Amino acid sequence: MRSVAVVGFAQSPQVRRTTGTTNGVEMLVPLIGEVFGGLGITKHDIGFWCSGSSDYLAGRAFSFVSAVDATGPVPPINESHVEVDAAWALYEAWIKIQTGEVDTALIYGFGKSSAGDLRRTLALQMDPYTVAPLWPDSVGVAGLQAQLGIDQGKWNEQDMAEVAVRCRRDAETNPFAQVTGSKDADALLAEPYLAQPLRRHDCAPITDGAAVIVLAAEGRARSLAERPAWISGIAHAIDSAHLGTRDLTTSPSAVAAAQRADIDGVEVAELYTPFTHQELILRAELGLGDDVRITPSGGALAGNPMFAGGLVRIGEAARQISAGTAGRVLAHATGGPALQQNLICVMEGR
Amino acid sequence: MTAVQPLSAPIELSFDYTRSTGPTLGRFLTGLARRQIRGVRAADGRVIVPPLEYDPDTHAALTDFVDVADRGEVVSWSWAPEPLPGQPLDRPFAWVLVKLDGADTSLLHALDVPAPDDMHTGMRVQARWAEAPVGHIRDIVCFEPESGAARAPAPEPDAAAEDVTMVTTPIAMKVLHTASIQETLYLQGLKQGRLVGQRCPQCRKVYIPPRGACPVDGVPTEEEVELPDRGVVTTFCIVNVPFLGQKIPIPYVAAYVLLDGADIAFLHLILDCAAEDVRMGLRVEAVWKPSEEWEYGLQNITHFRPTGEPDAPYDSFKEHL
Amino acid sequence: MSKERAAVLGTGQTHYRAKRQDVSMAGLLREAIDRAMADANVDWPDIDAVVVGKAPDFFEGVMMPELSLADAIGAVGKPLLRVHTAGSVGGSTGVVASSLVQAGVHERVLAVAWEKQSESNAMWALSIPVPFNMPVGAGAGGYFAPHVRSYIRRAGAPSHVGAIVAAKDRRNAAKNPYAHLQQPDMTMEKVQESQMLWDPIRYDETCPSSDGACAVVIGSERAAAAVERPAWIHATAMRTEPTTYAGRDQVNPQAGRDCAAALWKQAGITNPLEEIDAAEIYVPFSWFEPMWLENLGFMPEGDGWKLTEAGETEIGGKLPINCSGGVLSSNPIGASGMIRFAEAAMQVMGRAGEHQVDGARKAVGHAYGGGSQFFSMWVVGAEKP
Repeated sequence: MRSVAVVGFAQSPQVRRTTGTTNGVEMLVPLIGEVFGGLGITKHDIGFWCSGSSDYLAGRAFSFVSAVDATGPVPPINESHVEVDAAWALYEAWIKIQTGEVDTALIYGFGKSSAGDLRRTLALQMDPYTVAPLWPDSVGVAGLQAQLGIDQGKWNEQDMAEVAVRCRRDAETNPFAQVTGSKDADALLAEPYLAQPLRRHDCAPITDGAAVIVLAAEGRARSLAERPAWISGIAHAIDSAHLGTRDLTTSPSAVAAAQRADIDGVEVAELYTPFTHQELILRAELGLGDDVRITPSGGALAGNPMFAGGLVRIGEAARQISAGTAGRVLAHATGGPALQQNLICVMEGR
Repeated sequence: MTAVQPLSAPIELSFDYTRSTGPTLGRFLTGLARRQIRGVRAADGRVIVPPLEYDPDTHAALTDFVDVADRGEVVSWSWAPEPLPGQPLDRPFAWVLVKLDGADTSLLHALDVPAPDDMHTGMRVQARWAEAPVGHIRDIVCFEPESGAARAPAPEPDAAAEDVTMVTTPIAMKVLHTASIQETLYLQGLKQGRLVGQRCPQCRKVYIPPRGACPVDGVPTEEEVELPDRGVVTTFCIVNVPFLGQKIPIPYVAAYVLLDGADIAFLHLILDCAAEDVRMGLRVEAVWKPSEEWEYGLQNITHFRPTGEPDAPYDSFKEHL
Repeated sequence: MSKERAAVLGTGQTHYRAKRQDVSMAGLLREAIDRAMADANVDWPDIDAVVVGKAPDFFEGVMMPELSLADAIGAVGKPLLRVHTAGSVGGSTGVVASSLVQAGVHERVLAVAWEKQSESNAMWALSIPVPFNMPVGAGAGGYFAPHVRSYIRRAGAPSHVGAIVAAKDRRNAAKNPYAHLQQPDMTMEKVQESQMLWDPIRYDETCPSSDGACAVVIGSERAAAAVERPAWIHATAMRTEPTTYAGRDQVNPQAGRDCAAALWKQAGITNPLEEIDAAEIYVPFSWFEPMWLENLGFMPEGDGWKLTEAGETEIGGKLPINCSGGVLSSNPIGASGMIRFAEAAMQVMGRAGEHQVDGARKAVGHAYGGGSQFFSMWVVGAEKP
């Protein structure tokens, strides 16, 4: 395998609502400029481009096509797009670099969730014959998963609130975060339910946002960044779509991805968990002990730009390496209802 | 620069999707039309409801159908205090995973109880059937707490009823569409009967409509350029297909019109002449609606018509094809 | 660093029809997948990863449908990646699957691309009114027809060339049991008698709207050793440019020219017309055959139509194009690009049946999408690269 590293990362502020278009151009143009400026490169230095976004989020077919304009793709570029969180676009770009065809790649993801009714739109990810016609919204589905764990004694509402407390406090020092706060668990638990067993603090906010990452192979990476975040392992997998046949309190696909990516010895884990109990599932399933710092950015509970959120986790984890605050880190991304699809990217300083 | 508030308007998406079911789901849905719930036995012996078409382990097609009860036990639940459009009930309810008697997996549906205090995992529930089932998951209106009371017997299955092979699923949603700042300025110009493009600060090309990102340079166009409402037909086609909502009699001409001073053409209609008289290079001018009908859109120009000027030479527009 | 060799081990297709109402979405995919796996002689445990390609989700009204299809397509517990690059997506899906093997990450990858247009109505999905935009109401034909007119003007092509292409592709389709349109008696004259829809494009010069899926199994050199005659992947390429920009050549887009140049270079081909034995090119409107002949570098600019007019793109000609009947005979949008890729592979594997080009050793598969702005291509050969 070639050594490939994250050398550049930029993200937009995570906000409840932007005034931009659903094609992400307004968010992406400054981010691409920022990441190029930081690296001292131009679009001509990029060998491969890959993005992640969703037509259903934008409410129109081919919504990613206009986004390409933000890259200024003249002369034409070597480019691809995935209809998944941009963390999977990063995976495709990493693969492309592994083929030896290119040495650098720029990955971007964007989502303007405020344009529609996100929790209802996500019901359209469910089985179209027997489930989606009931419009089970994403909060309702997450609640079924949370209640299962509560009933089985795997976690309780106090544990869930503690996750929210830590994320909100961490977000206080994240200038891009949308939700911050210093309330303790007792104060959060005094709030009413949003959708029992979930309270507002258990659920990620609705967020507009975008992110950009630049990858470079050995040779290029060291000239572009002082401390590249070398990808030592990256893998992903998917679980069954049928909630009633899965044990929703576990995450076999996250475990499979973690085994392939080899997460041993990570000091920091940036987990993409839009619901508090999902962090508890992943910590248990991945065996992340108290010695692992969990999601120091505040994570999705502090800001959840759909289709960019997983890429943000990779960027935030990579920042720990480039800042010299950690030597080996893990980033996680998820997609689909109730943690159906999971990606793990392990990075280290060398 | 004064802050421009971008224009926005909703996009309403609504379509009745027609889903052919294939044999396995068809059998399940045909059962529902007869108030009967069917699962399928997987290779490992589990009874899966609703049936999967293919075995989770061997991936072979599953064909061993098993009838299960329309009652069972709640495996998990969550509360839905404010139902969203399209959900099974229009008052607060619970989402439930229900393991039906005879099944080894659970089914997602709604449970009709007044309050979350009435909920607990393990509670017994039964299906509430629609008055007239048609072969759709919503033939189960919802579940309700099991009662000891005898229920009306299921009607005799209509022996003449055909098996279900198709389900119709209406999907309606609303998304707020927002124009870019650049497009907003252009639309505000149109509202006043003006054609306002913008120049890219890097390549100096004039775009109409202007762009949030110049597609060559990836930077917003900015310097406003007022353009005349006349130009040249670069290329075109003659449309002979009647289209939904199209009010213009066929044949008509759809053409790329390059305004004088612009560096990009847009599609518009050429009328007021015979379709066969339209040529590449034809000089045309805009025909505007009466000003009191002007809105935020290019439809303020109903069409373009020939000016009678000599045609533009091919070389003058060939770079725009 | 050099990449791992990769080869197509097997291909599978569904029967293409306007409405495949006999199957669910999962059933449609499995029809293609099961045939591809049988053709490749592999079983489910052999598959390391699955790549799914499809055009807009609005066609079926399912957001990221691969999520709910994961079980049926054998992806559970494995990596599943969903590609969406507009009409070129079937080709791009093949390229991504190839890369997974060429990168040395996987031994065998299943790639499947599909569309079930009968779940809705593609015309509806593509023409959802966008606020502040004036619909000129001419559809996909209305979008491409003006560019065809530009081509005819630029190349000085005689008006019957489009009809030659349409008649040839429909006759070829009659030799392909999977093809949607079966018109063995189609002639140039009949095409010319069909209704003019978007002048200069006639009814018989347009593609149908189809349901269908296509799958390929791509494997490493080691995996290919178990296959009698795999199709070795000699080169893959993808290029993108904006839908519109000032000075854009919409007849002969630079993205297509650049993509082809990169493809030929990677495949070590210096004279494509002489070295390629069969081509499967994305031709949804008949005139795109001569246009792409030039864009791909088979013919000099302005001369593409001459090869077509001379009958050299027929089976048995110098460069047989779309022996399968092409997009003009079957168009399940998201799958159409992968069908081109698979048919190119079938030619060099000697498995194209009645539409086999005798002795085909090297073939090209081509797809494009959007406003002629997304391109994906591959060259496959009977010999190892």
